Amino acid sequence: MSKGLPETRTDAAMSELVPEPRPKPAVPMKPVSINSNLLGYIGIDTIIEQMRKKTMKTGFDFNIMVVGQSGLGKSTLVNTLFKSQVSRKASSWNREEKIPKTVEIKAIGHVIEEGGVKMKLTVIDTPGFGDQINNENCWEPIEKYINEQYEKFLKEEVNIARKKRIPDTRVHCCLYFISPTGHSLRPLDLEFMKHLSKVVNIIPVIAKADTMTLEEKSEFKQRVRKELEVNGIEFYPQKEFDEDLEDKTENDKIRQESMPFAVVGSDKEYQVNGKRVLGRKTPWGIIEVENLNHCEFALLRDFVIRTHLQDLKEVTHNIHYETYRAKRLNDNGGLPPGEGLLGTVLPPVPATPCPTAE
Amino acid sequence: MAVAVGRPSNEDLRNLSLSGHVGFDSLPDQLVNKSTSQGFCFNILCVGETGIGKSTLMDTLFNTKFENDPATHNEPGVRLKARSYELQESNVRLKLTIVDTVGFGDQINKDDSYKPIVEYIDAQFEAYLQEELKIKRSLFNYHDTRIHACLYFIAPTGHSLKSLDLVTMKKLDSKVNIIPIIAKADTIAKNELHKFKSKIMSELVSNGVQIYQFPTDEETVAEINATMSVHLPFAVVGSTEEVKIGNKMAKARQYPWGVVQVENENHCDFVKLREMLIRVNMEDLREQTHTRHYELYRRCKLEEMGFKDTDPDSKPFSLQETYEAKRNEFLGELQKKEEEMRQMFVMRVKEKEAELKEAEKELHEKFDLLKRTHQEEKKKVEDKKKELEEEVNNFQKKKAAAQLLQSQAQQAGAQQTKKDKDKKNFFFM
Repeated sequence: MSKGLPETRTDAAMSELVPEPRPKPAVPMKPVSINSNLLGYIGIDTIIEQMRKKTMKTGFDFNIMVVGQSGLGKSTLVNTLFKSQVSRKASSWNREEKIPKTVEIKAIGHVIEEGGVKMKLTVIDTPGFGDQINNENCWEPIEKYINEQYEKFLKEEVNIARKKRIPDTRVHCCLYFISPTGHSLRPLDLEFMKHLSKVVNIIPVIAKADTMTLEEKSEFKQRVRKELEVNGIEFYPQKEFDEDLEDKTENDKIRQESMPFAVVGSDKEYQVNGKRVLGRKTPWGIIEVENLNHCEFALLRDFVIRTHLQDLKEVTHNIHYETYRAKRLNDNGGLPPGEGLLGTVLPPVPATPCPTAE
Repeated sequence: MAVAVGRPSNEDLRNLSLSGHVGFDSLPDQLVNKSTSQGFCFNILCVGETGIGKSTLMDTLFNTKFENDPATHNEPGVRLKARSYELQESNVRLKLTIVDTVGFGDQINKDDSYKPIVEYIDAQFEAYLQEELKIKRSLFNYHDTRIHACLYFIAPTGHSLKSLDLVTMKKLDSKVNIIPIIAKADTIAKNELHKFKSKIMSELVSNGVQIYQFPTDEETVAEINATMSVHLPFAVVGSTEEVKIGNKMAKARQYPWGVVQVENENHCDFVKLREMLIRVNMEDLREQTHTRHYELYRRCKLEEMGFKDTDPDSKPFSLQETYEAKRNEFLGELQKKEEEMRQMFVMRVKEKEAELKEAEKELHEKFDLLKRTHQEEKKKVEDKKKELEEEVNNFQKKKAAAQLLQSQAQQAGAQQTKKDKDKKNFFFM
């Protein structure tokens, strides 16, 4: 439509005498670098404080999805992560409640506050995943849900009169629970992660890690890492999105050594060495959830919440959402004439999940 | 596979209490760290007459000597000149762009003076809008050139605003955050200054000019913003030269009658301006530009292009659908035009064909006519030929007859002569 560069115009009214000078583009020229530390304090660095205040006022959204077969401890882990009764556990289900016949998507929102920071946390549970006898395509409802959230956001963004702050329901992080068989990944795991690693940030997690000894654990992790690599599954943090060297080294360390995190979850506290800790009590000892010698829960928690929370959101917004948007806008260009006129119902999002972009 | 989806509605949000330290209170830090590594953009537009002290004020505000040759008064029109600088303070990198209006207020006819300014601001919004509308876009590392703050320099006449000022500010107030300042404030005495300020503010209000309101919704800044707002428009003095005051060097202007200290709040409002512009509200200025001015521009632009948001019955995917609709419309028109052209072509061909047929017919007729005439002539000629032949025949006959007669006559004559001779001979004998 128009050129991307701004241009200045000259007022030609008074230019009979002077030949009209060529309008100089008002594109900022190559920035001149000035280190102002030498010349006195200006106060530019206060923008950090200003920004922080603003973001604290608006609050944050975070949407985390947990996927895995029932009984792997998903709800317990989420409760442990956020130190509150975020999910109702399966054991508290009514005996008459059966395992759902199909994959259900249940999203429950919570508001939690800490240190003046308000967070709207949404936990999306997927009961029924991998529980049927025939589990073909059981990832489809999940992929559909994720794409629906992108669609919702896109619709809001494309409005003429937009909301000041578009509510963000997109899935920022998907914890995938791997069963601690000790051997390798199951075909279902591979299939799921292959399909979904392209639309959402997947963090694979080895559940119920207290069933493995230290050697078994490290061997299993190595095998899982190898299998993921062989199958071309890029889990979060994806190599291609490392921004600078610092990120790369930090993330490399996580990718190659720590992930997938072998975790144990618990919301019960016990007394150990005079301290109250979250743990699991067994005849042979108490497994401390937050003890790095016992399991890697603390690493997962720090990773997801304390260091990479913002990054998870940004990768979702800048990369996954943009991919979806580009694909959606491109696809719509191929609408046959006659459809897509004002006043008709929105052309349906393709029934099968969008084939994920490369 | 059927899917039952449960979505949280706002009423269902449960408030949870945490039983321990989770750690997401580091989220603002995470956010800020990301922005710090990327750097910030801040763009200031300075509008004011030539020589009113724009460049000096910028130099003073940012403690540097930006490269700037003073402009002449002979500019044929208003021109915008943008310069970018990268400033760094501790670990914060700021990409500062200062846009200057060169030649503002110099022309004899200033009717169109505001136009280049409005066009420049719109062009920045347009560039951002274009980027946002792209299919493959990269907004997160887009160099934002939209103007975040407009410092409007008011000449220190001591009376009131000039009409040029009012007109320009009115045109700009819906597009940019305007912060009016009184330039060269050291030419006004204190008591006159107070009157001048109130006059300006009341004129702005009565003319409906919306200047930037310092935000008062957040407790930490509400107080300071409220107290500062009272002093609008800020009366500033700029100087990059340092004068020894007491035992310190301070930025000041030295006059025979005294020294005007820039950073002395009794002398001028420079410190207040710096506080408000940079140290307290820089982020808010950026946010207002994005959420208010840019959204307004975007809305107007899209509506202008013919996009509507919702229809009474359904909620279409407006941009896409309207785009599709427009495209179809355009294609339809194209087709119609093609049809028209084709039809015209066919018609022309037919006409030409008819013409040619006519011509052909005429030629045929001519040919026939000629043929007939030719035949007639031929017949005439043949008739004449016959006549001639007959005549010739007759003549031949006559000639033959005549010859016969002649020969007969000759014979007779010869006989006669012989007879005569004999007779003669007889006589002689």
